[in-house]
Amino acid sequence: MSSNADLIQDTNHWGGGSRPLGSRYGKLMMWFFLLSDALTFSGFLTAYGLMRFKYESTWPIAENVFTHFPGLEGDQPLLYVALMTFILIMSSVTMVLAVNAGEKMNRGAVTNWMLWTIVGGFIFVGSQAWEWYHFIIGDSGAVETARQEILHVYNAEGERLSFSQVIHGMEEGHASNHGEMFTKAEVLSSLKGDATLYLKEPGKAGRAFTHAESVAFLEAGDVVQGANMIHNEYGRKQFANFFFFITGFHGFHVFSGVVINFVIFYNVLLGTYERRGHYRMVEKVGLYWHFVDLVWVFVFTFFYLV
Amino acid sequence: MAEHNGTWWIWKVFWILLVITGVEVVLGIIKPEFLLTQVIGTSILNIVFILLTLVKAAYIVQIFMHVKYEKKAMKYALYLPSLILIPYLTFILLTEGSYLFS
Repeated sequence: MSSNADLIQDTNHWGGGSRPLGSRYGKLMMWFFLLSDALTFSGFLTAYGLMRFKYESTWPIAENVFTHFPGLEGDQPLLYVALMTFILIMSSVTMVLAVNAGEKMNRGAVTNWMLWTIVGGFIFVGSQAWEWYHFIIGDSGAVETARQEILHVYNAEGERLSFSQVIHGMEEGHASNHGEMFTKAEVLSSLKGDATLYLKEPGKAGRAFTHAESVAFLEAGDVVQGANMIHNEYGRKQFANFFFFITGFHGFHVFSGVVINFVIFYNVLLGTYERRGHYRMVEKVGLYWHFVDLVWVFVFTFFYLV
Repeated sequence: MAEHNGTWWIWKVFWILLVITGVEVVLGIIKPEFLLTQVIGTSILNIVFILLTLVKAAYIVQIFMHVKYEKKAMKYALYLPSLILIPYLTFILLTEGSYLFS
């Protein structure tokens, strides 16, 4: 019967002995949850890719959609989302520092770093709200044809015009509508009045139409300002749907991460883990927090860069 | 763990992630002409972006999420499903996307 005893004694079996994964129950379950969540997010992102490859030529170009930066005028593509990425990476770093301090049973340092992580998470969620606000309120406005295709106004120089510039002229108008709403009749009369204006599809290979065709499109269609689940001035409505759904689902993860982080932070303050003799809860919530950062790395690439 | 003296290893990963993100943003803003050549259905620039993203993801998972120091069985349990299923799904859907309604 010595072989049986050998089996139990063999601590190198699987590399983990009697605990083949070498991991405690709670951490293991967190990992399996994260694995399933990773597959959920890849489902969303690949579905986004499917739609994008289907509408390749007219898919909105992210740098023409997300162009605002607080306090700065004009086009600032990528800057704001780069800042958001930095904030999330930074809060991931403070989380590792908290876990590291927990391993050393340094309660003061865990408190400090958990607090910074929560602050970073709040700033990120707030930044996302700001991004959503600007996406929803809209920028230049667009014409939606009777067949629900989105078209943008261009002038003879090939510059994209906002409704504000179409109606108030290039001198008086703003490059962004700043929330000012325009009616179909106003845009139509300005479009008819200037024969150099024409409509063009968004995206890298969008078709341009003649002035006469453009007027006919607007007469049969309508104007759209801003974006929601039904209309989207930036282009395909699927772009807005996926934007709201994926960044919303990620934002909800960040939000719940902040809540869970706060619960753990509160327990650190109460001394729960000091009494328990270990800070493994900080490690588990840390895994979740890093996962949120990991997903954002992919969202950043596939929504804003590619 | 010997490699866990102090906190320098955390800050090292932080700087790596920051520099890669910085490079991505700069490339995204200037979009250098020579990187816009089309290969396998996308531009070289997009492939660069995806590779840089995978490097970032690897650092987050390996160091921040500590998988590098887990047991071999744990690594397989986490990496095999994700590294088989996600590229498979991506390949299928992106290929189908080009044929949809065509």
